[in-house]
Amino acid sequence: MNKDECQHLLSQLGDYVDGEASRAMCEEIERHLADCENCRVVVDTLRKTVMLYHTRGPDPVPGDVEERLYKALDLKDLG
Amino acid sequence: MPDDPAFVERLRAGDKEACAICVREHSANIYNLALKLTGEPAAAEDVLQETFLSAFKSISRFEGKSQLSTWLYRIAYNAVLMRLRKRQVETVSLDEPVEDEEGVPQPRDFADWSENPERALLDAEMHRMMDDAVASLSETLRSVFVLRDVNGLSTAQTAQVLGLSEEAVKSRLLRARLALREKLSAYMVGRAAEAKR
Repeated sequence: MNKDECQHLLSQLGDYVDGEASRAMCEEIERHLADCENCRVVVDTLRKTVMLYHTRGPDPVPGDVEERLYKALDLKDLG
Repeated sequence: MPDDPAFVERLRAGDKEACAICVREHSANIYNLALKLTGEPAAAEDVLQETFLSAFKSISRFEGKSQLSTWLYRIAYNAVLMRLRKRQVETVSLDEPVEDEEGVPQPRDFADWSENPERALLDAEMHRMMDDAVASLSETLRSVFVLRDVNGLSTAQTAQVLGLSEEAVKSRLLRARLALREKLSAYMVGRAAEAKR
């Protein structure tokens, strides 16, 4: 594991994880990942972290909060 | 429909049904953003009401240059910022990961929990842990993360809401994600050890 290479990879990970990295960048990252177990774990668990938050999504508005919102907006009969 | 000019016209005309559709479509995302950024349900409710009251009052100023949702988020974010400034809360967490010169946090945990099935992970305890992890981020990282990865806005929309460049959004998002990965990894290691006992 080359620490400079790992650091370089880290700074490029955003586009890579979002599928927005160029082909050349993907190849460079994947070459590094093939030889670096720690970076492979970081990439896999980073993807999983993002996926967990995506899957969970926003919490619903609590019923009483929603009721007061519709009342404040004078939309009570349409809520 | 909510970004259709005819729909915006109905909002401008004060059409109550259109207003109710707009509220149904966007209230969860607005409430969620306000709750995650203020950390207080009462403040989040105030921001939610203020956002729609202000939006419907000033809808004539919405020019359609951005999406309606982006415009609503901007109103909500400004309302949140006013509250945070009033409170003058020091939001920089003391246990954020060590950053290198370029500002990217150094990974410290290399446990591999990526194969754990999501269904098994997303229980009530995990939800609480995920919320606490987001709450521990600084406000600058938290706002980007919630808009992009919880509410699902694009990088461009997030940049518009927060008044940042897309590059700044990407950089903050990466820092937020890496910080959360550390927190989730530490939790997963503890959870696995507990399961073995």
